[in-house]
Amino acid sequence: METYRLNHLQQLEAESIHIIREVAAEFRNPVMLYSIGKDSSVMLRLAQKAFYPGRLPFPLLHVDTRWKFREMIAFRDRMARELGFELLVWTNPDGIAQDISPITHGSEKHTQIMKTDALKQALNHYQFDAAFGGARRDEEKSRAKERIYSFRNRFHQWDPKNQRPELWNLYNAKVSPGESIRVFPLSNWTELDIWLYIRRENIPIVPLYFAAERPVVERSGNLIMVDDDRLPLLPGERPQMRRVRFRTLGCYPLTGAVESDADTLEKIVQEMLLARTSERQGRVIDYDGAASMEEKKKDGYF
Amino acid sequence: MDIPDKELIERDVNAYLEQHWRKDLLRFLTCGSVDDGKSTLIGRLLYDSKLIYEDQLAAVRRDSRLHGTTGTDFDPALLTDGLKAEREQGITIDVAYRYFSTSRRKFIIADTPGHEQYTRNMATGASNCDLAVILIDARHGVTTQTRRHSFIVSLLGIAHIVVAINKMDLVGWSQDVYEAIRREYNEMSARLESFKDVHFIPMSALLGDNVVERSAQMPWYQGPPLLRHLEQVNIASSRNLIDMRFPVQYVQRPNLDFRGFAGTVASGVVRVGDRVMVLPSRQTSRVKSIVTMDGELDYAFAPQAVTLTLEDEIDASRGDMLVPVNNLPFISAEFDAMLVWMSEAPAREGADYLVKHTTSMTPGTLARILYEVDVNTMRKREANGRLELNAIARVHLSMHRPLAYDVYVRNHATGSFILVDRLTNATVACGMIIARLSAPEQATPALQTDAAAAARNLTREATLVFRRDREALLGQRARTVWLTGLSGSGKSTLAKGLELRLTQAGRLCILLDGDNVRHGLNRDLGFSADDRRENIRRVAEVARLLNDAGVIVITAFISPYAADREMARGIIGDEAFREVHVATPLAVCERRDVKGLYAKARGGALTGFTGVDAPYEEPQSPYLRLDTDGREVDTCVSELYSRLLDDLAPER
Repeated sequence: METYRLNHLQQLEAESIHIIREVAAEFRNPVMLYSIGKDSSVMLRLAQKAFYPGRLPFPLLHVDTRWKFREMIAFRDRMARELGFELLVWTNPDGIAQDISPITHGSEKHTQIMKTDALKQALNHYQFDAAFGGARRDEEKSRAKERIYSFRNRFHQWDPKNQRPELWNLYNAKVSPGESIRVFPLSNWTELDIWLYIRRENIPIVPLYFAAERPVVERSGNLIMVDDDRLPLLPGERPQMRRVRFRTLGCYPLTGAVESDADTLEKIVQEMLLARTSERQGRVIDYDGAASMEEKKKDGYF
Repeated sequence: MDIPDKELIERDVNAYLEQHWRKDLLRFLTCGSVDDGKSTLIGRLLYDSKLIYEDQLAAVRRDSRLHGTTGTDFDPALLTDGLKAEREQGITIDVAYRYFSTSRRKFIIADTPGHEQYTRNMATGASNCDLAVILIDARHGVTTQTRRHSFIVSLLGIAHIVVAINKMDLVGWSQDVYEAIRREYNEMSARLESFKDVHFIPMSALLGDNVVERSAQMPWYQGPPLLRHLEQVNIASSRNLIDMRFPVQYVQRPNLDFRGFAGTVASGVVRVGDRVMVLPSRQTSRVKSIVTMDGELDYAFAPQAVTLTLEDEIDASRGDMLVPVNNLPFISAEFDAMLVWMSEAPAREGADYLVKHTTSMTPGTLARILYEVDVNTMRKREANGRLELNAIARVHLSMHRPLAYDVYVRNHATGSFILVDRLTNATVACGMIIARLSAPEQATPALQTDAAAAARNLTREATLVFRRDREALLGQRARTVWLTGLSGSGKSTLAKGLELRLTQAGRLCILLDGDNVRHGLNRDLGFSADDRRENIRRVAEVARLLNDAGVIVITAFISPYAADREMARGIIGDEAFREVHVATPLAVCERRDVKGLYAKARGGALTGFTGVDAPYEEPQSPYLRLDTDGREVDTCVSELYSRLLDDLAPER
């Protein structure tokens, strides 16, 4: 018998595919931001579905701060090879010249120069008029208010008080030269949805999400992984092997690990469901001020 | 999350995930202002269903001391107001989306602001929802704000309503207060047509009564608490599963062998083998396959995102729509709509905007602003050609190209549109299409007889569908090709040839032949000047009706009097009337004498015969003059056909 019912994830999948196709059809030069994390992996799978049996009609862009976990970079290159998408990698040349690092310059400056500024440079350099991001509205308060098509002026700034009304699935893709739209096809997904979809679809993810013995040091309540020898150890500090995993992935000195035994997807989901803290808790940069994410977004951050 | 869920997750996470996988989705909005306790209600729903993480809660406790409005160290409203300005001012400015799930359903809340200056944000939040929770402060009952919220919700076509009568603790948990508000609300909402299911719940969001848990304070209330109701309510969704509409979103052409039309099924169900028509080109084909990365499907339904391939090589592009051949949408450049104006810059009558409708972007003119609706009283008022921010109005839009649409109440996906300002690119309005046109415009030319009709207390009924709609439907322009000439000049032969040629070319046309009409409709008429005149009048009226139906009419009547032909022109309309003089000389006609009538007339057996003892007044400036003498029928038909070709083609 025919049934005409979609469960919530099938509905979200259809909505996301619609958004991705809409962008490919209406923008001159779109790009998909690829952060290598679990949300990016889901977004990439949805994009493949949107254009099947064809290939992605846009490139992927990774903004490399030079402080990503090594496993992330290896995973990124493997995916590009296996799935055959066009991968662009951008690192802020000024940041390289000044040798910016989260350790010497602090998280705020590092994020500003190596992420926000670098992203703006890349978008300007390639003249992208639309950029997909994997952000979800359940992640953070100001994101809960952001549109699926988030308009940015020629300085890439977000104006939360002056957002374009967004009704039904009728997205307004009109921009003047220099202006752009950040597009969030996963807006209505929750963290649980992402994991459930990864499990259903067998989507490959970076192994750092799974618990393993890893060398870490404990700093102001965060477990920081010693991913390479660039992390200077404080007096008396000695890396310890702990069974840890990561709920989100960013620059390794800025991403706290959690102690965990979750080495399968099911265990990760179980742990997440029973957790009493949000996934961004391990993100040092969110706590640089009360409306911190809102401030960063106004300035052009994803 | 529910406690049983927690146990299930601990015991068997796979079983929990299977259960979660099957959950459906309910999108609802909450309307009301902070004063009604709206943010408090949402904060309470999230908090009591254990969806607030400890780190988020710590942040709220910190903010409560800074900006809290409850005077306590926990203000649930601060969980939801995300923007800095909102937290500082204690109001909700923009729509915020919240997510939670229970063991039965997953929910998306569109948390919308209540103040009048944010009407547009409320419309935005409502556009994708199936249910609305309307908050009423029990101390104040149905207010102007309640009316406004209810009207907007109804305008956006939401069928399921929960009226949450909040702050019952402040009216002593009184059943009388609750009943009075309930009666008042029912009275007020009786004329809101979209409301199919209205449910009332007395509650205290601040204290948690009847939000997640049943209230111990109001034993007189027999219904479920809010969350239980949201889990159980049967959403006869706004989804239309009857009228298949597939707007082409993106054309997939990865290689020479594959040509697919990617898109979202906007409504209805499409199956492999279905006969479909591409609009506006009107080419038809069958669905060959429904392609997805997860395998081909036998059928797809709204809102699945798929790729269709067709049996035939057909040219369709983004903005075109695939529809079943036996269930077409309206195709017209003219329609009325309810508009919500969303821009600081006022709307101007006569201005051009870009109209985004399904996957098409088409310029259109805001031809008329018919009236504005006062959102507070729901009464109509003059708009004076201008609409300010948050105005709601009925307007007439005149598109530069025809659109394929359905009316919003029947089909949200193909009856909705947004207006985009051509200069600033801002989204300035949203609209919901109503089929009816406001005035008896453009369908037929004004007739002189209208004055006489008025004298007989007859008025012309304005129709809902117009000639240009049907012309668009048929892909042609309706014309009456009026062949005039002597008996035996070749009118009927030419007319039949033309009818065949047009039909073969895919034009819908019909021949009204003089003799045939006299066998039926006009059998009571003779050949006197008066009867000839009446004959022409009736034929012209029939031709006009057929033209109104979009049909091309060919007439073959001697119609010898210039005045009668002018009358026909008046009835049919100058824009449709094409006078063709079949100018075969009298001598040739008489020599042909196919029906033996000339002989009879010359012999005196027939009187009043045109060309013999009655005049033929030649047209002074016909559309075409054709002399058939010594020429092949086909050659003459071709000449007539080529002359008409561009004239009959659909408007670009």
